[in-house]
Amino acid sequence: MNSNKEITTIIVGTGTCGLAAGARKVHEYFADKIEESSGPYVLKKTGCLGFCTMEPIVDIEIPGWPRLSFGPVTVENAELLWSMISEGAELPREFVLGAHADPEGILELHDVPILWETPFFRNQTRLVLKNSGIIDPESLEEYLESGGYRGLKRALDLSPVEVVDEVKASGLRGRGGAGFPTGLKWQFAHDAPGDEKYVICNADEGDPGAFMDRSILEGDPHAVIEGLAIAAYAIGASKGYVYCRAEYPLAIRRLTDAIEQAKEAGFLGENILDSGFSFELLIKKGAGAFVCGEETALIASIEGKRGMPRPRPPYPAQSGLWGKPTNINNVETVANVPFILADGAEAFRKYGTEESPGTKVFALTGNVKRSGLVEASMGMRLRDIIFDIGGGVQGDKKFKAVQIGGPSGGCLPEELLDTAVDYDSLVAAGAMMGSGGMVVMDEGTCMVDVAKFFLEFTASESCGKCLPCREGVARLRETLNGIVRAHRDESPEESLLRFQGVTMMEELAEVIRDSAACGLGQTAPNPILSTLKYFKDEYDAHVFERRCPAGVCTALLEYYIDPELCTGCGLCVRKCPDDAILGEKRHPHYISDEKCIRCGTCRQFCPFGAIKVR
Amino acid sequence: MGEGTTMHITIDGNRYEVGGETTVLEVALAHGIPIPTLCHDPYLSNSGACRICLVELEESGQLVTSCNEAVTDGLVVRTDTERVIAARRDMLDLMLSDHYLDCITCEATGACELQDLAYQYDMEDSTFGSPKERRHEKMAANPFIEFDRDKCILCGKCIRVDREVQCSFAIDFAERGFGTTVTASLGEDLGGEHSTCVFCGQCVDACPTAALTFKPSIRRGRDYQLRPVTTVCPYCGVGCQLTLKLDDSTRSVVRVAGARRENSPNPAGQTCVKGRFAHEFISHPDRLTVPLIREGSGFREATWDEALDHVAGKLTEVVAEHGADSVGGLSSARCTNEENYLMQKFMRAVIGTNNVDHCARLCHASTVAGLGSAFGSGAMTNSLDDLAEADAIFVIGSNPTENHPVIGSMIKAAQAAGSKLVVADPRWIELSEIADVAVQQRPGSDVALINGMIHVILRDGLEDQEFLRERTENFDAIRDIVADYTPQRVAEITGISAEDIEAAAHIYGGADRASMYFAMGITQHHTGTDNVLALANLAMLTGNVGRPGTGVNPLRGQNNVQGACDMGALPNVYPGYQPVTDEAARSKFSEAWGTPLPGEPGLTIVEMLKAAGSDIRALYIMGENPFLSDPDQNHVVKALESLDFLVVQDIFLTETAEFADVIFPAASFAEKDGTFTNTERRVQRVQFALPAPGEAKGDGEILSLLARRMGHEIGGYAFEDVLEEVRSLTPSYAGIAPERLHLGLQWPCPSLDHPGTKILHTEGFARGRGRFHPTVHMPAAEAPDEEYDFVLMTGRMLYHYHTGTMTRRSTAINEREPRAYVEINQEDARRLGVTDEGRVEVASRRGTVTTWARVGLTVPPGHLFMPFHYAESPANRLTDTVLDPVAKIPELKVSAVKIRAVQD
Repeated sequence: MNSNKEITTIIVGTGTCGLAAGARKVHEYFADKIEESSGPYVLKKTGCLGFCTMEPIVDIEIPGWPRLSFGPVTVENAELLWSMISEGAELPREFVLGAHADPEGILELHDVPILWETPFFRNQTRLVLKNSGIIDPESLEEYLESGGYRGLKRALDLSPVEVVDEVKASGLRGRGGAGFPTGLKWQFAHDAPGDEKYVICNADEGDPGAFMDRSILEGDPHAVIEGLAIAAYAIGASKGYVYCRAEYPLAIRRLTDAIEQAKEAGFLGENILDSGFSFELLIKKGAGAFVCGEETALIASIEGKRGMPRPRPPYPAQSGLWGKPTNINNVETVANVPFILADGAEAFRKYGTEESPGTKVFALTGNVKRSGLVEASMGMRLRDIIFDIGGGVQGDKKFKAVQIGGPSGGCLPEELLDTAVDYDSLVAAGAMMGSGGMVVMDEGTCMVDVAKFFLEFTASESCGKCLPCREGVARLRETLNGIVRAHRDESPEESLLRFQGVTMMEELAEVIRDSAACGLGQTAPNPILSTLKYFKDEYDAHVFERRCPAGVCTALLEYYIDPELCTGCGLCVRKCPDDAILGEKRHPHYISDEKCIRCGTCRQFCPFGAIKVR
Repeated sequence: MGEGTTMHITIDGNRYEVGGETTVLEVALAHGIPIPTLCHDPYLSNSGACRICLVELEESGQLVTSCNEAVTDGLVVRTDTERVIAARRDMLDLMLSDHYLDCITCEATGACELQDLAYQYDMEDSTFGSPKERRHEKMAANPFIEFDRDKCILCGKCIRVDREVQCSFAIDFAERGFGTTVTASLGEDLGGEHSTCVFCGQCVDACPTAALTFKPSIRRGRDYQLRPVTTVCPYCGVGCQLTLKLDDSTRSVVRVAGARRENSPNPAGQTCVKGRFAHEFISHPDRLTVPLIREGSGFREATWDEALDHVAGKLTEVVAEHGADSVGGLSSARCTNEENYLMQKFMRAVIGTNNVDHCARLCHASTVAGLGSAFGSGAMTNSLDDLAEADAIFVIGSNPTENHPVIGSMIKAAQAAGSKLVVADPRWIELSEIADVAVQQRPGSDVALINGMIHVILRDGLEDQEFLRERTENFDAIRDIVADYTPQRVAEITGISAEDIEAAAHIYGGADRASMYFAMGITQHHTGTDNVLALANLAMLTGNVGRPGTGVNPLRGQNNVQGACDMGALPNVYPGYQPVTDEAARSKFSEAWGTPLPGEPGLTIVEMLKAAGSDIRALYIMGENPFLSDPDQNHVVKALESLDFLVVQDIFLTETAEFADVIFPAASFAEKDGTFTNTERRVQRVQFALPAPGEAKGDGEILSLLARRMGHEIGGYAFEDVLEEVRSLTPSYAGIAPERLHLGLQWPCPSLDHPGTKILHTEGFARGRGRFHPTVHMPAAEAPDEEYDFVLMTGRMLYHYHTGTMTRRSTAINEREPRAYVEINQEDARRLGVTDEGRVEVASRRGTVTTWARVGLTVPPGHLFMPFHYAESPANRLTDTVLDPVAKIPELKVSAVKIRAVQD
């Protein structure tokens, strides 16, 4: 509720996602208008609310009204909003998303829902994202108003061991994917001998389509700083790094500013809050290698070396950055810590399951109606996330699979939609929590093509150090390329190698899984293993019948003209970009398979439906 | 589990006891259990790249790589299950799928670890199909190392040895995934414009396949066709153990492998470019093969009988006519201990003079004199294996990365591991780049710098009072003197800022264990002895003597310069530094050799040359080339010309030999048995590898034959016999018997059950208490003036050695570094119109030399540096013969010269 009776506040969501959707122009529009009008208006920024489909999102606080969210707010829609604000025009109901609260019950009158009760939000549990898209990330005051730095204050009243115990009691597990108990990790680093220790926040978020860490850094940077300061206090570190990929310039800028604010306010630097504890936090930009998300590679990268994993043990807790005991946690993990310290382990354990307490943020994307960042209580079923929060498959097509856990994750079929989303259930099903990518695929998706896509990614991101990952994944990729290659393009030798490859593919994938040196290599074959497990028939169709059931693998398609239907109008001849269609006027035409590049243009244009695919 | 905890591990049903932290692979290898590995190396960090060392853990059923599986108590491991074998075959299969299988012509065949594994696991080819055609061009723009990417299995050993042992950081991985490759800077070839490679060749040694190959040995024989002989490197004083790979049919060294032996200076098999690539001289057609006798302006070949008779007759004649002291002998730091022993015995017992000296006079005479006075022993106090234990390392007047490259790498590794490094050198050397404090003192201002550091240490209370009280004497003699050496005053003398002087003093004085390393930059001054004494003062003041990671460590320049001194090839001492003036010593040797001996010390090298034609009538030079190595070449020429008789015994017809009346063809280090003593006092076995060319004979044999013709029996020349005689007369060598040489004993080793001495002066100093000697700054003898306005320093560089007779006969090395040069600061160059690689003339009061300029920042303005390896541009034509009054070492490091650009 806007308690200020005079001023109207306009809050534009300017996370990278909002900016990509056009929020900058919207922000500029409001800025210009406010300047022109010199009225009682305040323009603010906030982070990402997570509702990507509705970006750009703009919130308005009008005197006497609760905060309202609107989206998508294009510049045209912004004009409507402006007339509502400045001229008292009617609420543009068609793009109101909801109100943040309704203490006076006025909303019903206007037929505006409570935002948190709308389908996208009602089944979410927002602990980590509670400030994201709400507060101004560039304002320390707003973070403090939302309860910020309470966790750090309480931590500094406890002994480091007590802090470690609190985190252990919370059952928090690493949100970067592997799910290792965070408290235990802290304890190892705490117990490791040495005066010089480090904490590192892994913000090298690299999974295609995953952006929860970026959103947290952009939308709530102080939560990360607070979590790291608590971690540093717990293990006895006085220096920390946030290793953030350079492709996140806004996150880096917000974090840089937040660090300065925290220093000035005494939450970082020398003698924090008069506790005697000092902590310096630096940002190190990653240079774009996916493998640098692996903790030992990340450490090598900070040290100025090529980012390549090294064997563990010794684990970073014993010998990490510059050979000193080091604790590394992912952004989302760190962002959970202030809440645990502020409200206690018990409060945290109210969410999620016994073995996986708390929540997990997912980047829900793909062929889903409502895509965006979704924070779900651990243990929620996949079906509920995809169909309730996400609204089900786009265009009401049939659901085929959901890919979870990024390039190293797995594809789960419809039968497994009742799988609970927690670390152990996902692994049992053949996927993994990963950092939280969740890609929904409909019936038009070819699973061989999906496996190929993710394998291409891991093959090009392999650091090249260990043999199974470097050579093995390359061989798997070769085999998949062979499967989707047209027979006519093959030499006899290649055909033979293709069959050999197919027969050995599963075994090779298992060898890589069992023998690669780091997490990237060990999980690189997961997309193949899980699609082989659940979609074997699609592979069989590609390999033995030389066809792609989803019609995606173009090289396997054959376009032909049904002579019964062809009138010889010649339109297809004119449209064909490669002169692959032959025939005389008014006689049935013929497609030269050798020349056909399978673009499908002829089929699209044929007025008689005479061009078919097999 | 900490050190000393006993654990048990069961491998393939057998139980093994393990003490302390280790891995499954290490235990297995130690017990001869075969686990294949292509990326593990006990001297390198663990990588876990090749994944072929998989084993099965019984409890979990997991396959793990044994190289990084830590042993825990009760661990049960199987190395031989079907699953393990299948998994290893899978790894090999993948490795071969990317490997260009041209084994039939491949250099590595027979010595290829991949090939051996393919044989063992019966993998004829990859099931994925191996590439049948080359995918990458071989890279070999440099003369030393060829890189064949099609053979690379990316085990990364080359990169780790480069980074962790050699510390050159010349190669790394580039690209990602399947495209990953090993590369030098910016994708250039090794040795390219941006390359930091120094061609030590250790990456080639480490390579399990033929991805890296020694270029000069290509097509000259596979490993199994070559006969290996492990011996000691003939170049610098580090004394690396090398394995020569020999082709008997051509009597040549085809390639050199680093030898990995415990109790050696290079246990990880380290070498430098010279040890690795400069052995072509052994089978070079220029080798002397028959005795030569002067005839007119040339030489004629002679028989041994004729030549020996001629020399014996002439020497006898000169002695008869002018007395024994009219003959001088130059022994050789390149020859074995036994040969040096015979040489000094020949001079003393056969000729009857103490006029025997060798080139140590030109390098570390001041060290021997200085440390002798201060500590009672002139040798390096510590060992290379405790170098890394220093908290601080002070390098002064030494350029180890070029002149003692293996030690240079050790210092770099220690610095990377956390030792503080202080470097003081007038030139900006490679170590300056990584030093915590690097200063460039004016040549000849070392005493001032060191006194300044002592001043700061005393002022700030960093001295070790207990050490001063318990272990030293005469400290009061320096206290007042150093009081004058305030940082401000020292700054004026040295040209170093006062802050840097203080910083250097604080690092050295503040460390628990601080060591110092020095070489010619300290010793080759007319104040050389004072320089060394000042260093000794600094070390004693801070208690940095007698413990690991401390010490005063002169780096000896020649492979056996330590041994030549130990053997008494010096005018004032018998073997083991027993003074010729000491009655007891003289009578001991006199008795042992069965002849009366002269009691007056003889002349030093420079004195002999100065007296040539007057007091010295005949000179016998064994394996030295004073024409190039000694100061003031014109003076040397006059000296050699004015002799009545000159005998030179060498492996080549050197510039000095050109003046000889008789030349004896000698055997090289590869053609003889014996011992060399390295810079850390380690006596190491030199192995006979190849027969000498033609009629050439070992130096000892020649001396022995000559003595016999002169009516004396100086004993046989079998090295064991000579070493036994040395042992019987030299207390510090008494325990170094031929059968104990494999232990790499370091003297003093007084008895046959003594383990040798790694660190000197641990309890008391050799002379009892360490003695402080006051030293004051004295400017260099020849200051630059208006005409001769530059200070010239001379020295060595990485690729060439000494007078170049050996290295300049290596095709590969000469391709890399073919010509002489003088370093000049870019400011001076600009002012004088001197261009990089342009022709210049450098002149001193003594002579003029034309050479090529190297313009840069290595030398400060007003200074020049010239290596003295080049006969066509001899640096020593310019140097001065002014001597240190005690050690008689010439001031080779400071000459006043002028320089100008000239037309080609």
